[in-house]
Amino acid sequence: MSASVGARRGSRWLPEIIVALLLLGLPFGFEAAFDTVDLLSRILVWGLFGIGFDLLFGYSGLLSFGQAAFFGTGGFVTAYLLTSHALTNVWLGMLAGVVAAMLFSLLVGYLALRRVGLYFAMITLAFAQLSYFVEDSPLAHWTGGENGLPGVPPPAIDIGPLTVSFSSGWGIYALIATLFFLGYVLARFIVRSPVGAVLTGIRQNADRTAALGHSVAGYKLSVFVLAAAYAGLAGVLLGIFQSYMPPDAFSVDTSGQLVFQTVIGGVGTLLGPAIGAAVWLFLRDELQQIPGVGSLWMFILGAVFVLLVTLLRKGLYGTLAALWESRIAAPVPQPEPRARAAVRLHPTTAQPTPPSAAGAAATPALEALMVSKHFGGVRAVSDVALTVPTGEIYAVIGPNGAGKTTFLRLLSGEMTPTSGHILLRGHDITGHSVTAINRAGIAKSYQINQLFNDLTCRQNLRIAALGRHRGTLRFDVFRAADSIPAVEQSIAGVIDELGLNATADLPVATLPYGEKRRIELGLALATLPSVLLLDEPLAGLSPGERQDVIRLIRRLAEGRTIVLVEHDMDAVFALAARIMVMHQGRPLAEGAPAEIRRHPEVRRAYLGGLKAHAHA
Amino acid sequence: MPPTAVLLSQAFSGFAFGTLLALMSSGLTIIFGTLGFVNFAHGAMFMLGAYAAFVVLTYTHSYIAALAAGALVLLVVAVVLERGLLRFFYTRPPEDQLLVTFGLSVMLIEGMRFFFGSDSQRVSPPPWGDGIVDFWGVFYYPLYRVEAIGIAAAFLLALYLLLYHTSVGLMVRAGIEDRLMVGLLGIDVRRMFLLVFAVGAMAAGVAGVIFAPLSAVIPDMGTPFLIQAFVVVVIGGLGSFGGAIVGGILVGELLSLTTAFNPDYSQASIYLAMTLVLVLRPRGLFGAVGRI
Repeated sequence: MSASVGARRGSRWLPEIIVALLLLGLPFGFEAAFDTVDLLSRILVWGLFGIGFDLLFGYSGLLSFGQAAFFGTGGFVTAYLLTSHALTNVWLGMLAGVVAAMLFSLLVGYLALRRVGLYFAMITLAFAQLSYFVEDSPLAHWTGGENGLPGVPPPAIDIGPLTVSFSSGWGIYALIATLFFLGYVLARFIVRSPVGAVLTGIRQNADRTAALGHSVAGYKLSVFVLAAAYAGLAGVLLGIFQSYMPPDAFSVDTSGQLVFQTVIGGVGTLLGPAIGAAVWLFLRDELQQIPGVGSLWMFILGAVFVLLVTLLRKGLYGTLAALWESRIAAPVPQPEPRARAAVRLHPTTAQPTPPSAAGAAATPALEALMVSKHFGGVRAVSDVALTVPTGEIYAVIGPNGAGKTTFLRLLSGEMTPTSGHILLRGHDITGHSVTAINRAGIAKSYQINQLFNDLTCRQNLRIAALGRHRGTLRFDVFRAADSIPAVEQSIAGVIDELGLNATADLPVATLPYGEKRRIELGLALATLPSVLLLDEPLAGLSPGERQDVIRLIRRLAEGRTIVLVEHDMDAVFALAARIMVMHQGRPLAEGAPAEIRRHPEVRRAYLGGLKAHAHA
Repeated sequence: MPPTAVLLSQAFSGFAFGTLLALMSSGLTIIFGTLGFVNFAHGAMFMLGAYAAFVVLTYTHSYIAALAAGALVLLVVAVVLERGLLRFFYTRPPEDQLLVTFGLSVMLIEGMRFFFGSDSQRVSPPPWGDGIVDFWGVFYYPLYRVEAIGIAAAFLLALYLLLYHTSVGLMVRAGIEDRLMVGLLGIDVRRMFLLVFAVGAMAAGVAGVIFAPLSAVIPDMGTPFLIQAFVVVVIGGLGSFGGAIVGGILVGELLSLTTAFNPDYSQASIYLAMTLVLVLRPRGLFGAVGRI
């Protein structure tokens, strides 16, 4: 993904053109070298299978070890429908196979995606085994059990009086290459689209992506089903290509081979799996010719795989592409100067019908009614209430462990209170998800930076801004993520506001801490919240940076409500209109800064905390 | 409904397989609990144990030597892999850990295929395992299978004693609860990781030795066993020693008893059970809340 697509729009279609030319030219090379294009057809079937898997694993970070389930389902449903003559139209049969794979993946995904990481990998593997054993025995009558289904017919098209059949050799190659190309183009659209940006966000930090207003569960399930569609289509093509659907399409080795090829070729590259497949099939066919070494071909592949995972995690294609890019890398194009866009930063979430002035004044922006959060016997937050009118900066202070951060997590929806209610502009949002609450207009900046570290500042902010402009779940795959004017304006506004213009197109992992801290705030800001929750925004900043951020917070408070948790007392007393002091999960006092300063219990419990503890 | 004798026999058979599965899974689960990663090479380690048994029993006919060899081979493999490679993966994402152990598993399997070929090797049970046990005339059972339960149970007991009745075990269990804290308390976490990985791998190796006389020894033999162990730990709760034992026996019984009714659905049944657990109790029967 290019950070500066605007400057390189001319190269937008270059990868597609190169792939198309390769698909046209390569078969002649294969024909010359091997007397057949079948090897290339086989590589492309695995490559197509891998494009879907790469969207799932490379882009979204979901490592499935069970893609064989969908490869097999697609292949066998089509093979059964066509060999049993339940369907005579081969195209319809192919479509049915893909749809069946997608439906099955909907069920598997619903169950497997409840868990992440290792669990997800193990569960998908187990489901693939389940389908393998179901194919093998209970459904043997339909699937041929361990014999598989021979005689899968190729499709054909009628052109006038002429019938072109996509059977063996060049015919089937034409079909497979066309579908591979279409699959590649679609995947390219997806990874460049807002959907691709969100999927990348999910891979790098799923919790933050959810907190920025995206339906993480929805996108995960969608990409899982999409990957299954690719797998199903590849399975269908395998059956047609071989005129035979083998039962080992369902086997764990199939899923393993896919993982192998994708990692060897390069994850997150779309073409990597095809290159991995070429390596795999070439080594299998060629190494086996060499006496003494032949039976070691899988061992050698395994060693290459381990080496690549250990040292070159980007795989062959990814590593080469990275080298190439670093060689030709032009100086980062300076973003064109933009007008200061502070106006656009302001919340756009005013109620559809503005209430009367009196009503607006009467309804506080944010209310917490006797909110509690208990973990077993630990009362982290007990009976805390607060009412913050629109436009106020409200600070929550207290010693470490007082429950401030937990309280903020309750307000942001990351946790559900054990009891009590939270109202946003009079609407009860208690128990709503963090995503829904962000959509309603509450955003939080975290105590510990929660950034998308491999992306640039601009790409980080884009993930945040996209949520506001596209809703929680949307499949706008045919537009580029950076092509939505309102989103780009929001991003430019935030970058201006935070003074990040110089580093906006550098990966955030390379930036100094102070800038990361500002981007952390910017992520919350780019969702255009009406209520901003700031968890220790000054933590770790230098005195100079603190002054900048304090000024920034003051600016942000215009037309926006802010709840601030902070240990820097000078900042709190300078910024806040009112302050709540929390102590051991309970509110100790609330009032204007001057009152809090004088409050005897506050002085005892907090400001003079050491003394109080010494007495106790 | 199958005859009672068949059911009893199958139930016993399921128990026998279940104890072996429990031994295998307990290794997987303590490695996960302590090191935080799922060892995809666990099935290959099981296979290595079986080959160790094959070689040693062929040449020495000493079962004790086979057990020792199985444990020793896996000890060496575990130390080499952990020190040489896996320790660099503790700070990498879980997906990388999975991928690297998956790659290692392929190397181990293919390496064995290179030396021993793909043909299945037969290992005969030890002389004291020859014979048939008569269960009150209701059903008969090969003696070695009965003994295998005892041997696997003995190793599980040893593992239990190690984990729950030694100070090393206390550290390991504390590490499962809170790795960081154990490190902060001044315990050498690196050595503990090595120890746990070695013990876990040896559990798989010993399970392989015990299993060798019961089945064909082939390079791929560990893969189905590994996947069944995954099912066990998902059902029992990943990281839970008790869960591995209960889950192992549960899965063994399910496989075996469904065979008595309809063998077609035997394998599918355990995955269905896993699905049920995932839906009704996602953390597994004995899994702690919040751990993954």
